[in-house]
Amino acid sequence: MSILVDKSTRVIVQGLTGREGTFHAKACAEYGTKIVGGVTPGKGGTTHEGWPIFNTVQEAVDKTGADASVIFVPPPFAADAIMEAADAEVELIVCITEGIPTLDMVRAWEYLQNRRSRLIGPNCPGIISPGKCKIGIMPARIHLEGSVGIVSRSGTLTYEAVYQLTTRGIGQSTAIGIGGDPIIGTNFLDALELFNKDPQTEVVVMIGEIGGNAEETAAEYVKSRMKKPVVGFIAGQTAPPGRRMGHAGAIISGGKGTAAEKIKAMEAAGIRVAKSPAEIGETVVAAMGVAAKA
Amino acid sequence: MFAARGSKAASEPAQNHTESGTVMKIHEYQAKAILKKYSVAVPRGEMAESREQAEAAAKRLFDAGASGVVIKAQIHAGGRGKGGGVKIAKSVAEAAELASKILGMTLVTHQTGPEGRVVRRLLIEETLPIEKELYLGIVIDRVEAKPVFMASAAGGMEIEQVAAENPDAILKEYVEPGMGLEAFQARKLAFKLGLKPPQINEAVRFMTGLFRAFQETDSSLLEINPFVSCTDGRLFALDAKINFDDNALFRHPDLRELRDTTEEDPLEVEASKYSLNYIKLDGNVGCMVNGAGLAMATMDIIKYAGGMPANFLDVGGGANSEQVTHAFEILLSDKNVKAVLINIFGGILRVDTLATGVVEAAQKTKIQLPIVLRLEGTNVEAGREILKQSGLNFIVADTMKDAAEKVVAAAAA
Repeated sequence: MSILVDKSTRVIVQGLTGREGTFHAKACAEYGTKIVGGVTPGKGGTTHEGWPIFNTVQEAVDKTGADASVIFVPPPFAADAIMEAADAEVELIVCITEGIPTLDMVRAWEYLQNRRSRLIGPNCPGIISPGKCKIGIMPARIHLEGSVGIVSRSGTLTYEAVYQLTTRGIGQSTAIGIGGDPIIGTNFLDALELFNKDPQTEVVVMIGEIGGNAEETAAEYVKSRMKKPVVGFIAGQTAPPGRRMGHAGAIISGGKGTAAEKIKAMEAAGIRVAKSPAEIGETVVAAMGVAAKA
Repeated sequence: MFAARGSKAASEPAQNHTESGTVMKIHEYQAKAILKKYSVAVPRGEMAESREQAEAAAKRLFDAGASGVVIKAQIHAGGRGKGGGVKIAKSVAEAAELASKILGMTLVTHQTGPEGRVVRRLLIEETLPIEKELYLGIVIDRVEAKPVFMASAAGGMEIEQVAAENPDAILKEYVEPGMGLEAFQARKLAFKLGLKPPQINEAVRFMTGLFRAFQETDSSLLEINPFVSCTDGRLFALDAKINFDDNALFRHPDLRELRDTTEEDPLEVEASKYSLNYIKLDGNVGCMVNGAGLAMATMDIIKYAGGMPANFLDVGGGANSEQVTHAFEILLSDKNVKAVLINIFGGILRVDTLATGVVEAAQKTKIQLPIVLRLEGTNVEAGREILKQSGLNFIVADTMKDAAEKVVAAAAA
């Protein structure tokens, strides 16, 4: 079944007429994703690469029946784009943009509460259910359809994990990049709940990093409610405290948010944590052995 | 009673609270200048860059009725008092003497690292009759996704210590998005802090002004430590620390002007010019990776293979030949680097484009160090061919593990 996106998902692209939007929309469409239109204020009524362009998200949704939107809008305008999509009741909003001011995300997050939309990101590579639908910038060809669910704060590290699985003949049900910012729409816990209920997913891989306590919160859920084996990896075991390691959310603050603490909490919850990033694939193989017996 | 207090601004806030994006830091005197605009009371004072300026500033303060002046080193780090960078003077002559001693000193604090910072600027301020030292701080709580206004009666101390030993001592008021700190919230805090009825209105103005400053400047951290209550009831920000959300600086050209790159690591400043995300570390294996998570994981695997990463470097999705050249130049500027690992997983970034860039950069910089490459992704075969045909001595690895082992061996050789 996979989670959140599949063959029926209809996607509009906010920022389709820009360079990033055009490039990635074409790549997604090539993969088989149903891209149904784009939104660029002021260019409504025109077409771009064969797709209809609309002035507003509301109009795009009304005319195309889209249930998802992907945002390729520059940082100064991206939080507004998220809110516009939520206002139009788009079910799934995937925001790729990196560099949105945090106070803007504070407002966008507030706006999303009690509204029907789910946000993935921002500052994320997107979501892919191999064989069905790709919404984002991940390289499609390294993915394989299968039964491992992946949820990760990273971009290229996720591709590394996917590659280790695909080259072992182990496919993925859905891979979600939740993003590297401190305020994000979907967190580990949300993804784990969805994977827990998904019949296609048998094992889940969670890839975290220093900063925040999302992995610890997820570990609590795994301990008490998760019915499937979980494999984990935490990047930044050698990161120095107090420095922001690339991602806005990747910082050890006041001694908290260290990789060691996260690994400890995850192992205590029964998550098999790969200590080296090169061992993620093997760790999943071991976990699948257990899943096959279950 | 006059109390000389060093600035005890905390290093980083407690964990649920975050600084967003990367941060831009400013000096205490700059932070106080900003706060003045928001009706936040700060002691009278002036910035000085020379003995003469310090002397003139001290004279103006004494003439205006100050009973003493504080000479405060201005660096982007806390713990200045303990490090000897904050002194009290009772006369203009003494102020001039102290100023000339502190200017140019290498100030070492628990936040500067052992190499310390050279002091180039001072803040000359009037002393105040301090009765109580309190703490005020504003950050964004990433779990609640809201700004949180914190207050504590334990001022003048490291806030992390207070958070660890006595978390109930830290009062919190969450601010609703789209609103500011409301007057009733400020009153709750003020009364709990033990401020007296005649002080409450001023406390409300002070705290709400602080929050407006935080919000309007897109700050990621704002700390007043200590926030002082004087014997005569007046309230002041004795120290002020404001960090800014780097992601928001595009809309604050005036704040960008305040940046002091002499307080930042020169290699990191250089890297930021080319949109390279670089953090210098202590080891001898230089790394260049695309993606922050993969870059951190690469540092980790180098350590597993028995080596020490010399840096974190995320070249992001757009590593063209020019950027790779700049990245090499920066890695080469670190004399500790004995070997380089390039770990690239190309998605949007095409591996053959990167390989061309690496070859050109290696030729341009005439880099002699061993370079281990581990490449995967779009057009990887074409990329590997380019490396092979270059005639340069690249070591190509298959997996991350293989790459880490090869580069650690090369660095040790």
